[in-house]
Amino acid sequence: MIRFDNVSKTYPKQNRPALRDVSLEIERGEFVFLVGSSGSGKSTFLRLLLREERASHGAVHVLGKDLAKLSNWKVPQMRRQVGTVFQDFRLLPNKTVGQNVAFALEVIGRPRGQIRKTVPEVLELVGLGGKEDRMPGELSGGEQQRVAIARAFVNRPLLLIADEPTGNLDPQTSVGIMKLLDRINRTGTTVVMATHDQQIVDQMRKRVMELEKGRLVRDQSRGVYGYQH
Amino acid sequence: MRAQFVLSEIGVGLRRNLTMTFAVIVSVALSLGLFGASLLMRDQVNTMKGYWYDKVNVSIFFCNKNDAETAANCAKGAATEQQKNDILAELHRLPLVQNVEHETSDQAYKHYKEQFGDTPVAGLVTPDQLPESFRVKLKDPTKFDVIKSAFSERPGVEQVQDQRDTVEPLFRLLDGMRYAALGVMGLMLVVALMLIVNTVRVSAFSRRRETGIMRLVGASSFYIQLPFIMEAAIAGLIGAVFACVLLVGGKYFMINQWLAKQIQVVNFIGWDAVLAVLPLVLLIGLLMPALAAFFALRKYLKV
Repeated sequence: MIRFDNVSKTYPKQNRPALRDVSLEIERGEFVFLVGSSGSGKSTFLRLLLREERASHGAVHVLGKDLAKLSNWKVPQMRRQVGTVFQDFRLLPNKTVGQNVAFALEVIGRPRGQIRKTVPEVLELVGLGGKEDRMPGELSGGEQQRVAIARAFVNRPLLLIADEPTGNLDPQTSVGIMKLLDRINRTGTTVVMATHDQQIVDQMRKRVMELEKGRLVRDQSRGVYGYQH
Repeated sequence: MRAQFVLSEIGVGLRRNLTMTFAVIVSVALSLGLFGASLLMRDQVNTMKGYWYDKVNVSIFFCNKNDAETAANCAKGAATEQQKNDILAELHRLPLVQNVEHETSDQAYKHYKEQFGDTPVAGLVTPDQLPESFRVKLKDPTKFDVIKSAFSERPGVEQVQDQRDTVEPLFRLLDGMRYAALGVMGLMLVVALMLIVNTVRVSAFSRRRETGIMRLVGASSFYIQLPFIMEAAIAGLIGAVFACVLLVGGKYFMINQWLAKQIQVVNFIGWDAVLAVLPLVLLIGLLMPALAAFFALRKYLKV
């Protein structure tokens, strides 16, 4: 599913690499926490997965493809198989919940009939059944994040990338979101989640990878958050 | 491809940047109007050249018996029949020459009277004051120099005159106006392009949320860029339509209604010339802003 071979990433005009010689493998259907303090390279790791950045050294394989060899015009095809969720939800404020989810299907040219059928289904799945016509501004933070997850999942991606999805939510709401991500993981979708939330990591007991100053310093199955910050 | 979705995006974009869109339309209309006008001016000059070069010819004037004191070439008195016949024979031998007409002093007097009629000056001129001449029509009117160098130093020839000299200044004036129009057009074009680039930049910035999401969910770059490019193309096309209106209006009001009535000796370009220019104006109006938008997007819209 994901393989990093001695991957380093140095941004232009910076001496210190953001990622340094990282090698790892993530299997299909895994749930992986990515932990580490700010500036440890978590975001760079996720950006490499989405091919928003290219590795300076080493090879990144995602969904069986070497991203260095993937031509630019094929990148959108790859991204359609990867769902993304962010701390700030990234919803369109002037579109309803249903339209926000439908947007993801419209812009990749899916037929209207399919969109009309799938959108309510996926909203039901994330626990927002019947809230199709609400505006994002009328929803709580947790509900907004559920909309974002619905949008990321509506295309049935093989891989879901979540960048601190609970960063803006209170602990109780976070638990709900984690349950949802766990359920999505059980459908066979690989989940990679960067987080600072110690409680969640300790509770879930999933594989934990820790980055420190760009190096992979720990890779532990059924791990814990493991450090104080 | 969902046409309706793309169309609604374009509509939103054009409305959001209404003032910028308006500026783009005006500058495209003006620059393309000038572009079309300069093309038409070239057509006009060519029409006039064709018309007048057909009528003008090279005149070889012979010495008159009165010219001995006034013209340096004629110090030896009037041209003899022998000299005239030699030149005539030689002219007929030149492949460049289409035909030669002989104008006697009497004929010259008649033309003169036609031209100046009963004005006081006309009364002072007598036939023997006007020089006899050969009116030479050339196959290529621009080859005047050949005739001039061959015959101007001949005994009995007073001077060789190219009648084109009398119409050339007018053509030079028209050409000058055309280049001025092209220059102004160039400046307007730069303004139009800069406006388009800026419009696209503002547009891309105000929609960065949408485009960011489109990118994440895997919309193709073509799909993301299309609304921006279409916006520029539509604004450009509207500008081009205005330019066409300007050209058609210019032809109707300036030429048909005004100039053609004032100046009868000139034949002006017809509607066919104007209609031939319009598709080009429309095509440029459509493609140029689209291209400008495309290159601007490479800079301002990460895909």
